[in-house]
Amino acid sequence: MVVVNESLCDLCGTCAGVCPANCIKILETKVLIDYNQCVECLNCAAICPFEAIRVSGEEVIKV
Amino acid sequence: MKREYDVVVIGAGPAGSMAARYAAETGANKVLLLERDREIGVPVRCGEAISESSLKKFVGVNSQWIASIINEVRFVSPAGYVVDAYTPARGFILHRRLFDHYLALQAASSGVEVITKANVEFVDEYKDGFRHVFVDIFNEKYTIKSRIVIAADGVESRIARQVGIDTTVKLKDMESCVQMLVGNINVKINRIEFYLSTDLAPGGYLWVFPKDENSANIGLGISGDFSNSKHAIKYLQEFVKTKYPDASILTTVAGGVPCTKPLEKIVDDGFMVIGDAARQVNPMTGGGIALSLAAGKMAGEVAGLAIKEKNTTADFLMKYQKEWMKTYGAEQKRYYRLKEFIRTLKNKDFDDIALNLKDLSPEKITLTKIFTLAVRKKPALLVDVVRVFANI
Ligand SMILES: Cc1cc2nc3c(=O)[nH]c(=O)nc-3n(C[C@H](O)[C@H](O)[C@H](O)COP(=O)(O)OP(=O)(O)OC[C@H]3O[C@@H](n4cnc5c(N)ncnc54)[C@H](O)[C@@H]3O)c2cc1C
Ligand code: SF4
Ligand code: SF4
Repeated sequence: MVVVNESLCDLCGTCAGVCPANCIKILETKVLIDYNQCVECLNCAAICPFEAIRVSGEEVIKV
Repeated sequence: MKREYDVVVIGAGPAGSMAARYAAETGANKVLLLERDREIGVPVRCGEAISESSLKKFVGVNSQWIASIINEVRFVSPAGYVVDAYTPARGFILHRRLFDHYLALQAASSGVEVITKANVEFVDEYKDGFRHVFVDIFNEKYTIKSRIVIAADGVESRIARQVGIDTTVKLKDMESCVQMLVGNINVKINRIEFYLSTDLAPGGYLWVFPKDENSANIGLGISGDFSNSKHAIKYLQEFVKTKYPDASILTTVAGGVPCTKPLEKIVDDGFMVIGDAARQVNPMTGGGIALSLAAGKMAGEVAGLAIKEKNTTADFLMKYQKEWMKTYGAEQKRYYRLKEFIRTLKNKDFDDIALNLKDLSPEKITLTKIFTLAVRKKPALLVDVVRVFANI
């Protein structure tokens, strides 16, 4: 499951542009993902300029 | 706010404000422009560069929102070789916040109703000559009827996909961008700079656009298929730290630029999509302001006409799609082919191009010359180079 780290997210909408399921909604103050529609392609996690999307359960490696 | 409109425009970027204005000026009486954010033009997710010719063609020039006038273009190769392109054309770095305000105010002066903090959640199907727009305004839900809906909702482009126009961008065709407004640096106010290197910005480039002598928009875009292993923010932080160690960073924004071929479908019954939402961006440069202005005006005029002639079907609105493809479609395809090739170039190729130009007299180093060298391993692209740079 992909999760958005709200403290990193800039609400730029880039993730939504590459989401094949059109299931990412950008609001003025947060991003909502409709997990019923999500196909877990991970495009959103790959594209995010701020690296704000992670796969939950994935180990977070601090550089 | 009324319950029923001739035209509802979603998103008050350059595309949306132009569309609303021209719809109102062409024949629509009731036009509504809805913007999700609390302030139009903020945050500025843009390098703010536009050519003088495009600006004059669509808006005019107003010193209020011009930060700097550009007449020099510099490329820097991976090894640090510098190429100063000879170009007679001028450009500007805008204050996009003020520019976007201006465009929205122009729309308002033409009779458009503008509402901010208005998030459109859904647009339903076309029935009996109308669509319904479901919008949240300051936490209250409203349903508005409109004869035409124009989606100008930017890179995320959710609305078009809701009505069945697939605008999803392939990962490799989305540029993942980060930009900083950087102060306490020395820059040449009349020169924009591009850094090409797969170490600095793989599948894209890094830009330095001056806002005044001591500050600049410094940003980069990397192709989506390189972004997973190292994200755009890391590349930019490294560059700024190394190149401008004393810099003050005033803002950092994320952004995406769709660098694709033109979409095959941009209209439906009572519906049009424009600007970044319609992927109307120069896929090689990532420039989208001028094309958004163009698309907004074109779609707005067709919408106004459709209202006047009482025909808002896809058949009628197709005028916009046909005109768009005729005027900009072929060009976007050419730029796309060039981009696809340039993204295969290695650092050595960029250095070779720079070295090849070293002994030429300055006025011979035109953009056509530079790009002719860039594509020399694929001569089939020469036609594209000549065509796209012929009128610069
Ligand atoms: C980092 C970066 C640098 C760039 N640099 C340049 C440059 O130097 N020169 C250039 O020409 N182009 C540049 N571009 C591209 C340029 O910024 C865009 O092409 C241009 O802003 C597109 O205009 P638009 O009106 O289509 O969309 P936008 O300007 O993105 O406007 C879309 C609007 O719609 C609103 N919206 C979205 N969804 C909804 C909804 N559901 N309800 C209501 N409102 C909604 C958004 O809040 C936004 O205000 C850059 C882009 C990026 C990311
Ligand atoms: S791409 Fe990243 S920063 Fe942009 S809206 Fe999506 S999660 Fe937020
Ligand atoms: S994983 Fe894929 S389908 Fe799911 S939200 Fe991200 S981009 Fe959309």
